Amino acid sequence: MSAETTTPANDAVSAYDVDHPAPVIEAPRARTRKTPKTTRTNFEMYGWLFMRLSGIVLVVLVLGHLLIQLVLDGGVTKIGFAFVAGRWASPFWQAWDLIMLWLATLHGANGLRTIINDYAERDNTRLWLKGLLYTAAGFTIVLGTLVIFTFDPNIR
Amino acid sequence: MPAGTLYRGREGMWSWVAHRVTGVLIFFFLFVHVLDTSLVRVSPEAYDDVVATYKTPIVNLMEYGLVAAILFHALNGLRVIAVDFWSKGPKYQRQMLWSVVGIWAVLMLGAFYPILQHTLRELFGS
Repeated sequence: MSAETTTPANDAVSAYDVDHPAPVIEAPRARTRKTPKTTRTNFEMYGWLFMRLSGIVLVVLVLGHLLIQLVLDGGVTKIGFAFVAGRWASPFWQAWDLIMLWLATLHGANGLRTIINDYAERDNTRLWLKGLLYTAAGFTIVLGTLVIFTFDPNIR
Repeated sequence: MPAGTLYRGREGMWSWVAHRVTGVLIFFFLFVHVLDTSLVRVSPEAYDDVVATYKTPIVNLMEYGLVAAILFHALNGLRVIAVDFWSKGPKYQRQMLWSVVGIWAVLMLGAFYPILQHTLRELFGS
């Protein structure tokens, strides 16, 4: 092994020297004055973990819900105000539906957040789409929770 | 788009696409579903009126489609969890996808009559 073989082959034909310096390449995501001091949180990791944990619970809750509402006992035929009143008379099914509502909305909102981040390239578009998403998700959770807790079988 | 520049992945990519598409569809339905259910706070008649829409043949068929989307999303979601947490998950991801498709097809076949029985009875009598 001679010293020559370890020298990079293109060293002799380099286009740059003292008089012709190579262009400066900015580091990606360079820190600026606007960059917060701590840019690293574990938010995305917890989001990732939440999708998997809530997903497992939702498989049970949602498939059970579909089985009861759409498959067993005549399918969609039986559904009506009386059927809802009968089910929500039990705290067990109230809790089932409440947990399903919260987990499904948060799971879906986090999924859509990922999709918006992936496909909406302009900062403003992302801002507005996510604003709309969080508004819709918040509205859904609040409305659904109120409906479950204030349900009145003797409304008429 | 110039010919030949569209990336066509294999099972891994297409299951990822299907997971996204079904996820978005399910999320939009969830929003509608909470709105229609909230009519129980208006009056029994208002709720039964909107549920009558769910009993029409076309919407009944859409419910079967909804179940198809949810069932795929659920089974493929379990596969994603296995890929992430099971040491041999990445190695068997393709076999797991075809298992997902197989289980999905069997369950959808079994769910055909129970879900669409309302429409089938209405169209062809009991």
